[in-house]
Amino acid sequence: MKVLAISGSLRRGSDNTALLRALAEETPDGVEVELWDGLRSIPPYDADDDVSPGPEEVEALRRLVRESDAVFFATPEYNSSVPGALKNALDWASRPLATNAFRSKPVAVVGASAGAFGAVWAAAELRKVLAAMGARVTDVELTVGHAGEKFDEQGNLIDDEVRLTLREGLETLLAEATPVAAAA
Amino acid sequence: MSTISETPTGIPTGTFVADTVHSTVTFEVPYAVATFRGEVPQFEAELVDGRLNGAARIASISVKEENLEAHLLSPEFFDADRFPVVSFAGDLERLDDDRVKVEGEITIKGVTKPATLEGTIVGPAVDHFGKTRVGLRLSTVFDRTEFGINWNMPLPTGEPALADDVTLTAELTLVASEA
Repeated sequence: MKVLAISGSLRRGSDNTALLRALAEETPDGVEVELWDGLRSIPPYDADDDVSPGPEEVEALRRLVRESDAVFFATPEYNSSVPGALKNALDWASRPLATNAFRSKPVAVVGASAGAFGAVWAAAELRKVLAAMGARVTDVELTVGHAGEKFDEQGNLIDDEVRLTLREGLETLLAEATPVAAAA
Repeated sequence: MSTISETPTGIPTGTFVADTVHSTVTFEVPYAVATFRGEVPQFEAELVDGRLNGAARIASISVKEENLEAHLLSPEFFDADRFPVVSFAGDLERLDDDRVKVEGEITIKGVTKPATLEGTIVGPAVDHFGKTRVGLRLSTVFDRTEFGINWNMPLPTGEPALADDVTLTAELTLVASEA
């Protein structure tokens, strides 16, 4: 099973990217976490360029999402909302809406921020955007406030409680990604 | 033509199967300032000795915009991947003249609740091919939020754009099975 991990931050020392690296350390056997590093290369969304196939980097993201069983997001919060680069990437990924790569895809959203609230509003907005795209938004909730205190200087997660919640979040996401017999 | 007998509740006995070309399953829900309507064209229904069974394949949902269809199939609405069928089963009963009701259970998005369909019956009558047909027009109102369909969007007034109460209507032409 493959989980695509998407960080909403481009910053080299990003707490959110560090959170996803820690997530990769928590994977059970048979599960692979791939950290997406293509956010910076996604061009600004332009409906004039929204043709099939789309820009190469966009098609690569769409392909990666389709090949993945689930997607795990970690997002910072800019002005009480989702960072523009991440929203832009999702706007591309959501096209065409009726058949987009995220449709019915199980997703989890967590967030980390330097402040006390741990990107809680950005996470809520990101869940809203993903639901509108047709994703299967799971109940995973993890907001990491005062994120600077949760990692060491090398960016390793040193907070056991956060690590445990992260692992539980991954388990919840994997349970949603496991095929279930359709109900009548 | 064989003689049609009736159940104690005034419904023709025997097996009648929906002629889906001449039947429709539709839904309507108040949206903003008007009523939004859609159809679920793929379904099956049968009436057996007064027992009505119906199942509609939600993936076939048809509205006037494909993106909206996709939204209705998504986890925010019917979650058609996981819950592909909306079904109903109940006992048809004649009230008076042509008025009927069906008390039974409806299953939407994996949630089963009691439901009563009300409407009218026409026939049984023999058609121009010699087949015996029964017509039923039945509808019920359900609160979508009781079935986990909670999506909404606030209007500028703060009121929700989409109503909770959805009217489901089945207009069925049922044809007697050959014995």
